[in-house]
Amino acid sequence: TTQLSQGYRSFKPTELHCLRVWLSVVLGLIVLPAMFGVSLGFTDLYVKALVKTLEWATLRIQRGQKEEDAVPAHLPNGIIEKDDGSMEEEIGELRRSHPKSLAGGDFTLCDAFYFCKKGIESIVEDQVTQRFTSEELASWNLLTRTNNNFHYISVRVTIIWGLGVFIRYCILLPLRVTLAVLGLSWLVIGTTLVGLLPHSNVKTWISDLIHVTCYRICARALSARIRYHNKENHPKKGGICVANHTSPIDIVILANDGCYAMVGQIHGGLMGVIQRSMVRSCPHVWFERSEMKDRHAVAKRLKDHVADKTKQPILIFPEGTCINNTSVMMFKKGSFDIGATIYPVAIKYDPQFGDAFWNSGKYNMVSYLLRMMTSWAIVCNVWYLPPMSLQDGEDAVHFANRVKSAIARQGGLVDLFWDGGLKREKVKESYKEEQQKMYSSMIVGQD
Amino acid sequence: MGSRASSLLREEDIEEIKKETGFSHSQITRLYSRFHSLDKGENGALSREDFQRIPELAINPLGDRIINAFFPEGEDQVNFRGFMRTLAHFRPVEDNEKNKDPSAGEPLNSRNNKLLFAFRLYDLDRDDKISRDELLQVLRMMVGVNISDEQLGSIADRTIQEADTNGDMCISFSEFIKVLEKVDVEQKMSIRFLH
Repeated sequence: TTQLSQGYRSFKPTELHCLRVWLSVVLGLIVLPAMFGVSLGFTDLYVKALVKTLEWATLRIQRGQKEEDAVPAHLPNGIIEKDDGSMEEEIGELRRSHPKSLAGGDFTLCDAFYFCKKGIESIVEDQVTQRFTSEELASWNLLTRTNNNFHYISVRVTIIWGLGVFIRYCILLPLRVTLAVLGLSWLVIGTTLVGLLPHSNVKTWISDLIHVTCYRICARALSARIRYHNKENHPKKGGICVANHTSPIDIVILANDGCYAMVGQIHGGLMGVIQRSMVRSCPHVWFERSEMKDRHAVAKRLKDHVADKTKQPILIFPEGTCINNTSVMMFKKGSFDIGATIYPVAIKYDPQFGDAFWNSGKYNMVSYLLRMMTSWAIVCNVWYLPPMSLQDGEDAVHFANRVKSAIARQGGLVDLFWDGGLKREKVKESYKEEQQKMYSSMIVGQD
Repeated sequence: MGSRASSLLREEDIEEIKKETGFSHSQITRLYSRFHSLDKGENGALSREDFQRIPELAINPLGDRIINAFFPEGEDQVNFRGFMRTLAHFRPVEDNEKNKDPSAGEPLNSRNNKLLFAFRLYDLDRDDKISRDELLQVLRMMVGVNISDEQLGSIADRTIQEADTNGDMCISFSEFIKVLEKVDVEQKMSIRFLH
């Protein structure tokens, strides 16, 4: 019997008591206020304290930097300064210094200089590959993961950093994990129970309540401070909400302020359980993997959904993949072809408090969530833009670009025509052919 | 605590690269970060595929020739030293360069070396001559399918005729330099590196 009792650890009364206190603190101070949308002000205080600490750390780092390594206080986001001239302008300039007069276009050996310089510039710094890795910060925010160009500064900064690690991993992380587990269980259990009710207004109201409260708990689990702007433009039923995509957390950010119908592929595992229970209480648009390939089937289901004015607006991320929140990449035209009103939304995270970008090639979902829950906080701004519709004579691609530019402008993001799919795929040959065509017209003149 | 990427780059290496290429300390560390981010295989060297993953380079008509310039004869991998040596050709020419140590040899970013870089874009077989065939191939890369063979052939003939002074129907490096003597090579083959 002594061997047995050594093998099993018996729960002492004090441990159970601690657990009970812990749970009631969490429930009372965080979960319940969150569910009712009430803020006790803890997050605001926390963020203010953080800002002060980070400012102090930045000053110490700047003081500690040697003359040789001096990086300017506002790090220009680039290694080189590029010329913005077009192919015609640049090659024209090259040819002007050539002794032979070239009227009407011709070839000269120095034409290659243009392509050469552009090529080398893109090797040193290009507009696309940098969007698939986290943004570089101008000043360190005391997280080792963002420490790319900073060296050891002083004992005091190291101590503060060490304290930060302790706070983040030993205090904040267990708290956040508890909240996340509570939030998700609440969602699964709540939606399953609501699913048993017959269709009615009451059911819809309760379902919306459950969804919103779950997302609010999840937002607390990330220490998220979200500011919504222009709430009068909030997406309405029968419309499609489009936003720039940085991470799966975008869904939590947006759904904190309203209910949306999600669109996506049905997964297995925990994700699948959540998806299946969600759809029991209110209609979401989940697709099997095989169905996703059939563009007409997808379009039809979306059309049917928006036609039903009792259903929530659909939330779609037209980039199709996560981008690092410094730019907006090509919007896939599928959602712009349906004929519904588009409600554009711009989401901009403040990188100072934590990097929200999900680099799916580098981190899987679990390690990504762990990184999120050990960041300082997630601070972001959400702008609701006025609704847009397809104009006369406009095609879906042009409409998609118009919406993309509006979102980029509002969020202060770079508007790129490049496809987010370049994260994994090769670029289309047609772009090279365009360049070749443009150059050919410079050699032989108008055809 | 230290920068993760440049902790693999030792101070002695940085000093040597500084002497060889003329880049500043901070430029070298930034370019090392870039090198590291391009190196998907994380083996300290770049392959041709690593370069082709840059979309703006992949759509450049002379992309393959530029990539080739990084790789010495017969090799498929370029390490950071080689990477920096090639990029050094595109440093702007500064006046204080002229006051440098004369025994150090010609700097990589001299007008001559920039022209040599461009020459090698055309000289496919590295035999120090641009033949008609080589010129045609490079022209074909730049224009794609938009110009006929005959037209391209006459463009090539005209170009060689203008440049060729010794009548061997090829362009040697000295002939290349002569044709382009009025072109502002220093500016057109230079990249403005920040800090």
